[in-house]
Amino acid sequence: MRLSIYRYDPDKDAKPYMREYDVPLEPTDQMLLDALVRVKTLDDSIAFRRSCREGVCGSDAMNINGKNGLACITKIADLKEPVVLRPLPGLPVIRDLIVDMTQFFKQYHSIKPYLINETPPPEGERLQTPEEREELNGLYECILCACCSTSCPSFWWNPDKFVGPAGLLQAYRFIADSRDQATSERLDDLEDPYRLFRCHSIMNCVDVCPKGLNPTRAIGKIKEIMLKRTV
Amino acid sequence: MAFAVRKFDAVIVGAGGSGMRAALQLAEADLKVAVLSKVFPTRSHTVAAQGGVAASLGNNGEDNWHWHMFDTVKGSDYLGDQDAIEFMCRKANEVVYELEHYGMPFDRTPEGRIYQRPFGGQTRNYGEGPVARSCAAADRTGHAMLHALYQRNVRARAHFFVEWMALDLIRNAEGDVVGVTAMEMETGEVVIFHAKAVLFATGGAGRIFSASTNAFINTGDGLGITARAGIPLEDMEFWQFHPTGVAGAGVLITEGVRGEGGYLLNKNGERFMERYAPTVKDLASRDVVSRAMATEIKEGRGAGKDGEYILLKLDHLGADVINKRLPGIREIALKFANVDCAKDPIPVVPTVHYQMGGIPTNYHGQVVVPKDGNMETIVPGLYAVGECACVSVHGANRLGTNSLLDLLVFGKSAGEQVIRDLNADPGLKDLPPDAGEFTRARLARLDDQTNGESVSQVGADMRRTLQLHCGVFRFPDLLVEGVAKIKEIAARAVHTEIKDKSKVFNTARIEALELENLIEVARSTMVCAEARKESRGAHDRSDFPDRDDKNWMRHSLWYKEGDRLEYRPVKLKPLTVAPFEPKARVY
Repeated sequence: MRLSIYRYDPDKDAKPYMREYDVPLEPTDQMLLDALVRVKTLDDSIAFRRSCREGVCGSDAMNINGKNGLACITKIADLKEPVVLRPLPGLPVIRDLIVDMTQFFKQYHSIKPYLINETPPPEGERLQTPEEREELNGLYECILCACCSTSCPSFWWNPDKFVGPAGLLQAYRFIADSRDQATSERLDDLEDPYRLFRCHSIMNCVDVCPKGLNPTRAIGKIKEIMLKRTV
Repeated sequence: MAFAVRKFDAVIVGAGGSGMRAALQLAEADLKVAVLSKVFPTRSHTVAAQGGVAASLGNNGEDNWHWHMFDTVKGSDYLGDQDAIEFMCRKANEVVYELEHYGMPFDRTPEGRIYQRPFGGQTRNYGEGPVARSCAAADRTGHAMLHALYQRNVRARAHFFVEWMALDLIRNAEGDVVGVTAMEMETGEVVIFHAKAVLFATGGAGRIFSASTNAFINTGDGLGITARAGIPLEDMEFWQFHPTGVAGAGVLITEGVRGEGGYLLNKNGERFMERYAPTVKDLASRDVVSRAMATEIKEGRGAGKDGEYILLKLDHLGADVINKRLPGIREIALKFANVDCAKDPIPVVPTVHYQMGGIPTNYHGQVVVPKDGNMETIVPGLYAVGECACVSVHGANRLGTNSLLDLLVFGKSAGEQVIRDLNADPGLKDLPPDAGEFTRARLARLDDQTNGESVSQVGADMRRTLQLHCGVFRFPDLLVEGVAKIKEIAARAVHTEIKDKSKVFNTARIEALELENLIEVARSTMVCAEARKESRGAHDRSDFPDRDDKNWMRHSLWYKEGDRLEYRPVKLKPLTVAPFEPKARVY
């Protein structure tokens, strides 16, 4: 299999370059990550993150033939060769396919990604109807891989001011939780020309999400609730 | 150049379920805590747990902790310590409710309570039939739990060191633990974390096998570090083979599939578990189901071209139930088995999943070792929780959903113990003069090595050896041969060579260091397995097919130095209730 991989080690390279690899595959190598692991046995200097290899940890997000995705659940058979691998766009590159995700997580942390409920909890669980719980489907499953935010032009231009699709999806996850009491505080925090309103419904986020989630819809819901409370 | 030193009240190594539960306890007590993790916390392997967390809430039928305790003791094949098991089962409701209060998105019953489903080995009234004890968030319980714990830690302002790998313990002349060395992966910089308490929550080491449900990061770092520091590892011969890994890929398919009503078929379409476990059938404990599957395959009743797998049927549940309760499984089956499980069965094989053994601890998370005739002398300053620890609640075989519970209960209790110990003795003990020297020598060896073997080659040989010599069924000649092989591979592992010498995010160096940890786990596994002359739980020997309580109802303790073994008795006395006496194990 032929791959063309973005290489850059600031310790020794003056600038980034693309390197071609021809890697023999075993019949058991089905996913792109399997191929990358083979490449690493040939050249131990290639650096990428990986862990669960089943699409739940979010480590191995990268730009695959121009589109963000997870290497571990991208089938080799579906890829046109040479497969061009680049780091996620829009974030500083640390080395090879590894990007610095500080800005991404800063935005995630900025939306207070935790349940806020100041009422002392009961001895048992807080009750929630199955219908209320269903509101969280399509939201809580996010794996923070950053495929969405780093495919979003609005995030590329304003990564420090625009929360981005991943963070906004999680903001709505807590707004939508019947147990959370901070909706109005959360809306105040987002009512800002940049934090929420830089989303122009380009929908790249929806297109790339490896978990099939829809940040654009969540953002729309936040806008809707915001509008409702002003009238 | 001396390593930089940073001082903390406590250092937690590992930010999975147990590490973050402990971190929360300490952060909420306003202690100065560093939480080190090789990966961003939500990428820890707890994220991959699917089916649920056990607690006898009784939201879907009567239940109580006594039944849960009985199931856990029986599931452990009477190797579990009954004090720790009682402690865990009694605390279960409390820690699960806490998790719900943190925001965990559990599925709900029509009454609005936490949804519970049946799981293997979890029964009502001491084995009468299945009970719904597994508290679930669809089939993404681990993901939901790990994120909820991380979120709560963000709220508590816990201090994470993300992408730092722990390297070695620092002990003073008295043997007390006073810190740990760790490397920042981005820069290659090594720092001494000088602390009053070091808590390991580094997870398991399923990557010693070729076929494993485990993540790449599951390399037993805490176990390797502990073994190198002269502390024994306990019950390392006990590895759980999960009955349902996707054939070929190894990816986990939750037991929750069978909890929701799925079942296993051989090539003749026979529901064979009825023969092996007449009462609970497909919901027998994992060791029993895995052996039954391996027997079917061995005797020529496996499905597939070469009769190499078993079929897991769930299409009869209907697309609605599958989409609601098992959506992740549908995704995995499509991706990794090219099967739509709403229509066709999933090809599965028993796959290494969980390490029952680990760093010996009591139920407060304190690491305990034999010393001067006391089998449980506390190692001051060192704690361990979660899969890297052996409490021992799982004994010779863990029940599904008891793992997530273990993380919560013992993460919390260890956190509380650290707080008690720091209150009793708030002083920071001095570092020994040679602190960090051992780490420096290891790193220098790796950087200076020439003409060595590649890490991937040595690692592949190790994984093949374990897979072949220490599987579901174990044979005397293969065990003896396996011990010799793994010792030879261990000798090669200290001469591995990496070509990449960069300081920046050098994953070749990290993998070489991980291999040194894996090797200790692999060696302890082979040595303990060869030595245990009985069959119990996940350890099944052809030459000793029966459990031997007279000679072997005891825990193995393996020391790296000379591959020495010691044994300590199982604790048969619970905290407050009457003991469960060993009985024949029938499901």
